[in-house]
Amino acid sequence: MEPRRPDPDALLATVPSEKRGRLKLYLGMAAGVGKTYAMLSDAREAKKRGDEVVIGYLEPHDRPDTIAQAEGLEVISPKLIEHKGVRLAELNVEAVIEAGSAICLVDELAHSNAPGSRHAKRWQDIEDLLDAGIEVWTTVNIQHIESLRDIIAQVTGVFVQETVPDSFIERADEIELVDIPPEALQQRLREGKIYAPEKIEQALSQFFGKGNLLALRELALRHTAERVDEELLKSRRTQLAVEPWHARERILVCVAPNSMARRIVRASRRLATSLKADFLAVSVSSPRQSPSEQGKLELEAAMTLAEQLGAKTATLAGGDVVGELIRFAQSENVTTIVMGKPIKPRWREYLFGSVVDHTVRASGDIDVLVVTGKPEKAEVRPAKNQGKWDWRGSAEALLWVAAASWLGVLVETDVQPANVIMLYLIGVVAVSLRYDRFSSMVCALGSVLAYNFYFTEPRYTLHVYDFRDLITFGVMLAVSLILSSLTARLKEQNRALSERERNTGALYSLSQALAATRSKTEMARSAVGAIRTLTGADAAVLRVDSSGSIKVLEESELGFEKDAKESAVGEWVIEHGKPAGATTNTLAGSAGWYLPLRGAGKTFGAIAVKVENAADWRIDKRHLVEAIANQLTTAIERAQFAKESHQATLKAESEQLRSDLLSSVSHDLRTPLASITGSASVLEIQPELTSQSRELAATIREESNRLERLVRNLLDMTRIQGKVELKLDWYALDEVVESAVSRTADLFDQPVQVESPSEPIMVKVDGLLIEQVLVNLLENASRHAGRHTGVTIRLSQAKGFALIEFEDQGPGISPDRQPHVFDRFESSGAVGSGLGLAIAKAAVEAHGGTLDLIPSAVGAQFEIRIPLGEEVDDE
Amino acid sequence: MNDPIRVVVIEDEVAIRRFLKASFGDGEAELHEAGTGSEGLTLIARKNPHVVLLDLGLPDQDGLAVLRELRTWSNVPVIVLTARGQDTDKVAALDGGADDYLTKPFSVAELMARIRVAMRHAQTSDHSAQTAIEAGLLRLDMAGHIASIEGVELALTQIEFKLLAILAQNVDRVVTQRHLLLEVWGPAYEDSTHTLRVHMANLRNKLKAHAREGLKIQTEIGIGYRLRQ
Repeated sequence: MEPRRPDPDALLATVPSEKRGRLKLYLGMAAGVGKTYAMLSDAREAKKRGDEVVIGYLEPHDRPDTIAQAEGLEVISPKLIEHKGVRLAELNVEAVIEAGSAICLVDELAHSNAPGSRHAKRWQDIEDLLDAGIEVWTTVNIQHIESLRDIIAQVTGVFVQETVPDSFIERADEIELVDIPPEALQQRLREGKIYAPEKIEQALSQFFGKGNLLALRELALRHTAERVDEELLKSRRTQLAVEPWHARERILVCVAPNSMARRIVRASRRLATSLKADFLAVSVSSPRQSPSEQGKLELEAAMTLAEQLGAKTATLAGGDVVGELIRFAQSENVTTIVMGKPIKPRWREYLFGSVVDHTVRASGDIDVLVVTGKPEKAEVRPAKNQGKWDWRGSAEALLWVAAASWLGVLVETDVQPANVIMLYLIGVVAVSLRYDRFSSMVCALGSVLAYNFYFTEPRYTLHVYDFRDLITFGVMLAVSLILSSLTARLKEQNRALSERERNTGALYSLSQALAATRSKTEMARSAVGAIRTLTGADAAVLRVDSSGSIKVLEESELGFEKDAKESAVGEWVIEHGKPAGATTNTLAGSAGWYLPLRGAGKTFGAIAVKVENAADWRIDKRHLVEAIANQLTTAIERAQFAKESHQATLKAESEQLRSDLLSSVSHDLRTPLASITGSASVLEIQPELTSQSRELAATIREESNRLERLVRNLLDMTRIQGKVELKLDWYALDEVVESAVSRTADLFDQPVQVESPSEPIMVKVDGLLIEQVLVNLLENASRHAGRHTGVTIRLSQAKGFALIEFEDQGPGISPDRQPHVFDRFESSGAVGSGLGLAIAKAAVEAHGGTLDLIPSAVGAQFEIRIPLGEEVDDE
Repeated sequence: MNDPIRVVVIEDEVAIRRFLKASFGDGEAELHEAGTGSEGLTLIARKNPHVVLLDLGLPDQDGLAVLRELRTWSNVPVIVLTARGQDTDKVAALDGGADDYLTKPFSVAELMARIRVAMRHAQTSDHSAQTAIEAGLLRLDMAGHIASIEGVELALTQIEFKLLAILAQNVDRVVTQRHLLLEVWGPAYEDSTHTLRVHMANLRNKLKAHAREGLKIQTEIGIGYRLRQ
């Protein structure tokens, strides 16, 4: 076994997610202990503290104290749903989210919603609220916790229907136990504070009997205590990094297709909770045992329950049930395997051995726990009229019997009676190969009767004289029955095998089809086709387009887009990334089953499957569609990544091309510019020139200077955008500033003021770049504030960096332009290329510094911070 | 000295040669043009110019190579012409014996000023025996290690005095930082730019306190210093 490592998911689970709201539970042993009252008085307190609290839903009990407590709290009016002429009030999730309050109170966590609601259960509604970031306070009684169902049933004799999964309860951030002594509760009941007077006596004698209450109270107290323990462990887990993991138990429940399955799952879950163990559930299907229809349903119900209870589930397949089970347990580091006590008759155990025995022998260092329990009342029943009686089978059986009899009569004189029996057996095999069990039994019985009739004394009667003939009949019947059952099993195995083959083949060809294309529509078409082939159902692939509305990417005669209600379900699924629709507990009333295509951190869309009869959609059929959804998601994700990386490459290439082009063009522009500037400057000093011509020459010189600056900026930009290699050297900052000031001296009417401390500020920078930064700022100031502006540059030194404050006296930068001043080609007018400030910022940032625009009343103010570089000892 | 100033320009761009020719057109200078390095060297040997203008980007050979070869047989002042961004070349040329540099685009006035400075320094090339250096209002007494501006003594450290002396000997001419480091600190300190910067910053501040019109040390970023009078 490999060492158990800290599970990253477990670690992550201890980190409170940022967005999800808190969940606070008020837990009580029974109705009437005062949960709602306690919740409401806490809410009042919270409101006094200034928190926003709303009542999302309050059960309309007539309890005056409770109603008094609710006064003054805002109530979100419930949603009214008509069902069979009755108006039912339900929690209005949308309205609560819209109200945007911090805390929402919801009474009765275990409530089942009216048919037609979005979710089947109220706890799912609360989940939505938590996901929306709302803190929820809610009340629940101990008997509504799923894994305690059996115990509650044992104690009280009541099998609770409305339950909440343990995984939801465990996610609560806080549990408050509301407890009063049973006598006090009974007293309250007698005073009529809980139920109407006519119900009191009945309640006292049954559920509210003292024995019951004591047991329930113990359960509630114990549950809370375990929870406190868990919290302690959790805090230890975050404090001590490793230790608790060594003691981590992992419990695996082996689910068998029988009526005990769900009971065993619940028992294991309780065990797992009390041991703080991980919980896994597995079922092993073997070709040697094909469960009955009832068994299949039980198995499926149990596996679904295990999933709801937070188990990691798996279905294994293999000839050797025990071997598969042990292998899985070892690979998952399981410490305890839980199994049900065998319910087969003992003689079968002697003959075929028992899985439990084998497992105990093979388990090695894994503990095996055998759980007992009465079979549960079947909640699930196979649909009736399954496998219609096929009259042709029986007819053909009789035909075979007749044929064998006729042939037997023909050859009787030449052969032994045993050979005649063989003729009948051919018929039995032939019928059981092609028809159901009933027909083969008809054939077996018919054969025995016919043999009796035609070939035993007295002939042509069904009487038997010879006792040995009875033995012959018995053996003949037994052999026929065994033959037919073996053949039937063979047939079943073949069918299962070919179905598996078909599924594998279809999934394989789907994955090939998905890999062969990059078009999402093609992918969707393949997926829809695969769903059709595998399940026979119509399906559609939905996706969200850029405008946020849902589009059908591909569909096979679903008519999806015509139905607004169905699109709403699709939208919900894509938005929440959770499955919904028929076969699920969410929006179960819709005609389609919707599965999100959920990739890493993003839902690409959904698959919609038309569900005509939800009972047809067994877990294995659903798993097929889920597998297709997973494949499709992976393919879309892959295509997306490929597209993104292709685009990135293209972008990088075009960037490079642009910067190469720019740099070569700029180089070629400079030489002629140098000639123009030079020539104009010569022209300007020619003595014979008129003053007008001289001015023109000056204009040529100035303008080509400007052009030269633009070209220089372009070059600088391409240089900085590429990989800048800084030529770092030590400079006194005021030197650099003064150099920049003297280079731009002719841009200003009055000299630029430089204020620097007497002690030189030494910086290790690329001097030319920083000089250029200042030149660009100065040019910018001259351009926008005008030649006449006064510019002040203040130098100072703070911890680790040099600070250059730059300000002019111009009109400043309007607020709407301020966020964009450092954008490329951002310029307020026709003057300048709009590159100067962008270059300046990039150059400063290349030094690890910052260049910011400082909001000010007068003029434009910039602030440059440059790291000083490492200290050097002066020699 | 009524001789016209003879200038050889080695530059491959015809347009630039043309405007240079125009700027020397008034008769006080004569310009001889060469388009390639080898042509230029022949021209210098033949014309014995007062000043050479050398473009660093030549088609046949590197301008630096031309300079190196020239320096083996001539001390003629050389002003290199460069495009912006070729700063390492500039420093290499200055350290390799060029007297000054000009970055394109430049104006004629700048060019003329540089030529005059270069020619002046060529005439007083030997500073070693000087006991005093004067640069405008600045006066350096080499024997007494005293620097003064208009008779007011500057309180300089030894190193600052040495630095100022080198700059004053090359007044109006750029001095590379490597040159300063070698002269003042010696070959072992060629890379101690931090030290040089600190001393220069102090020297600049002291000079600034007594500054009169025009007299100042100008920093040429990435290249060196120039004392302006």
